[in-house]
Amino acid sequence: KKVTGKRRMRQIQILYGHCLQLYTQPPLENISLVEFEQFAVDRMKLLKTVENLGVTHIKTSEDYSKKLHAEISSLNFPHRTEAVASEYEKRRKDHISHFILRLAYCQTEDLRRWFIQQEMDLFRHRFNDLSPKSKSDFLHRNSLQYETEKKSLMEKLINSSYAFSGCTVEEQDFYKVPFQDALDLVRMRKVFVKDGFAYVPHQDIVTIVLNDYRTRLSKALALTARSLPVVQSDERLQPLLSHLSHAYVGQDYSIQKNIGKISLEQIDSLSTKSFPPCMRQLHKALRDSHHLRHGGRMQYGLFLKGIGLTLDQALQFWRAEFLRGKVDADKFDKAYAYSIRHMFGKEGKRTDYTPYSCMKVILSNPPSQGDHHGCPFRHSDPELLKQKLQSYKISSGGINQILELVKGMHYQLACQKYFELTHSIDDAGFSLNHPNQYFSESQKLLTGGKEVKRELDSPRRPHAAAGSENSKAPPETPSSSNRVPQEVMDDLDSFFQEE
Amino acid sequence: AETVTAACLPELLPLYYRRLFPFSQYHRWLSYGGVTKNYFQNREFSFTLKDDIYVRYQSFSNQNELEKEIQKMNPYKIDIGAVYSHRPNQHNTVKSGTFQALEKELVFDIDMTDYDDVRRCCSSADICTKCWILMTIAIRIIDRALREDFGFRHLLWVYSGRRGVHCWVCDEAARKLSVAARSAVAEYLTLVKGGEETVKKVQLSDPVHPFIKESLAVVRRYFTDYALVGQDIMGSKESMDKVVALVPDDILALCSFILLYVCIFSYQASSKKSYYTEEEIMLQYCYPRLDVNVSKGVNHLLKSPFSVHPKTGRISVPIDLRELGQFNPFDVPTISLICKELDRPRTAEEEEASVRERDPDGGEIFSDYKRTSLAKYVKLFDQFVEEMERSRKGELLRRTDLQKDF
Repeated sequence: KKVTGKRRMRQIQILYGHCLQLYTQPPLENISLVEFEQFAVDRMKLLKTVENLGVTHIKTSEDYSKKLHAEISSLNFPHRTEAVASEYEKRRKDHISHFILRLAYCQTEDLRRWFIQQEMDLFRHRFNDLSPKSKSDFLHRNSLQYETEKKSLMEKLINSSYAFSGCTVEEQDFYKVPFQDALDLVRMRKVFVKDGFAYVPHQDIVTIVLNDYRTRLSKALALTARSLPVVQSDERLQPLLSHLSHAYVGQDYSIQKNIGKISLEQIDSLSTKSFPPCMRQLHKALRDSHHLRHGGRMQYGLFLKGIGLTLDQALQFWRAEFLRGKVDADKFDKAYAYSIRHMFGKEGKRTDYTPYSCMKVILSNPPSQGDHHGCPFRHSDPELLKQKLQSYKISSGGINQILELVKGMHYQLACQKYFELTHSIDDAGFSLNHPNQYFSESQKLLTGGKEVKRELDSPRRPHAAAGSENSKAPPETPSSSNRVPQEVMDDLDSFFQEE
Repeated sequence: AETVTAACLPELLPLYYRRLFPFSQYHRWLSYGGVTKNYFQNREFSFTLKDDIYVRYQSFSNQNELEKEIQKMNPYKIDIGAVYSHRPNQHNTVKSGTFQALEKELVFDIDMTDYDDVRRCCSSADICTKCWILMTIAIRIIDRALREDFGFRHLLWVYSGRRGVHCWVCDEAARKLSVAARSAVAEYLTLVKGGEETVKKVQLSDPVHPFIKESLAVVRRYFTDYALVGQDIMGSKESMDKVVALVPDDILALCSFILLYVCIFSYQASSKKSYYTEEEIMLQYCYPRLDVNVSKGVNHLLKSPFSVHPKTGRISVPIDLRELGQFNPFDVPTISLICKELDRPRTAEEEEASVRERDPDGGEIFSDYKRTSLAKYVKLFDQFVEEMERSRKGELLRRTDLQKDF
């Protein structure tokens, strides 16, 4: 519920008077669960974009700025310094969504580090985007104690000593900062230092501000983690928060395209041509030992569903393979068939399971001895990974590139590179987030883009959780498009799947 | 001389510690006015005893305990470490992970061996009056920077006893610096980089930071006397080759070998490209070389002032910057000298003076150092501690004024 009226307007003007903020005060209003969820998901998408762009681009390049700017706009986050009502709404969203994600990302060291990194990159971009006046305004608002040195004093100092390349003193404000707050600039002698103060030019002040932001955010997250148990006990929020950090925000491949288009005989050859390495290795393990353990069955089974296998095909596929092993028909029908039907939503909760995204494969349920699931780039020993890639006939140059990416923990980019190498192209043209995405992109390439027109239906998926406020049927999505059907995200179930 | 000293130490050290070591001022220094509770008690000391036995995590409740222990152990060497969260001598009883180094002076260590590639007169542990100028240069440059650029005020420069100097920055702000800050300051002060494999150790480019300009001004004052005269770097082909190795090819192409000296040191090459060849050579030959690791670590131990150097017998005495030009490491008193001076019969003046200064505890041994060559160094140390105290009182008054406390 929104408080309207003059008081509210004044509040908004104080709180959201600037398009950028340091998130020092938590939001104090009531919001609906719908907004709560929507804001969180949007900011998640934004941060994921920040991460992806940050790996593939130089962070200060024009290309990076343009793309990030576009994403900020399209997700309805603030990017303008005008004081219009619509901007205030965006700033409010910025404010609230940041604090929601703090709840989701404060819990482990890894999550905190990720969150801080993306928030800082986002902040740096937005700060650099501001006009000089806007920057000064921001600094004053946030009482970042940086006195601006009087130009005359600086003239004396600067002209007798340090000439900043490219900028004359007139163009610049200088900020007088205790040297301990500007260590990186001091260390490299990039600023004038006198009496224990560093004189930081306007253009470099962002480094100082960023350090300040990082420190504050780090402390805040630690504090948040302590009060988290109280928040998590709220049953409305608990499912959202506990899944948000692993949430996948792209196409979820739960709506099956091309149902029945794949025949079982094709799977062997498809596994070497169009399967991502994680699924290729699962398929091979299944063929070799005629068995897979639970983790492998889930990951691979759902993937197969995603590429278009029908329930009957799946049953036939698994049954044939398991029977070649130590399992007899009876046991299969009793034990394993049930879980396959479960995957297709025909048993138990009747929730339609979604094929795992890359994030889910990488972050959840790491494989142990005897398992073949997981992400080979994340979970395989680098030496073994190298051997495997060699057996797949990847060039040694390509293998090195992949291993470099793995070393930098960019597992999805490593897989993308594998895609590029095995399909003999320079640029995949997409950002890999999902094994089924790998498959469909691969098929597109290999079959020259001839895709079967999707049947336009709006399946009503059975809702497991009672009290879900979003029982909308997902509307039709345009065919032959890679755009994520946004409305699908509105359904709480579709991306918060239980094991 | 070294073996003689080593043999005498067991005899001389007890005398030194009983009658000469300035415990009172030492304790005053390290207590820092008692402003922070347990500051002295939580300070780590380490001793090197006879036969190279090394003991760490020594700590003391008060001056008396410190004195008694040192007089008992007669350490060959004393090092000062950090102020910890708990008493260092009880660190084993503290829950693991909670015993932490909290504060320490910001320190710098300048060692003559780091200049071996640019001095011809001596090498390794040897020093002489010719190469000692390098220390003078280092002190001038670092002292100026720490005071004028970083705003520090309480600096204690100490002769290390053999081949270098240490600087103790004792300001409160300095003692509280983080590892990152210490390393940033040390890097700010570093211009000469590279080891054996690096020929050109100084690279300058536009814009030249004011700190570098200030440092160059100091180096220029000494360069001719030190490098061209004292070290005679252009005096042999081998030595000149080393200088030539620092000159970029495009300048070299312009000059003949004989003119090199004139080209480099008399005028700037006039071309669009910015040359700092002269400056770079000067800096490579003269600029201070710090060991960054000594400065970085909050818990790094450094030799204590007034410690004895086991090899030379010389006392690590404070250096008076007002008379820096006259400082001669070979005039620094040795432990055998001052112990000998103790045995001298007292003059009438000295008798009178000693009566006036009776030890409040009634003991007879006091101010003996005043009869020895150590006197002026202890006085210098005294002044340093006094100055800090005065400054602390001033700061306290300023703060209470602000709070308008009556």
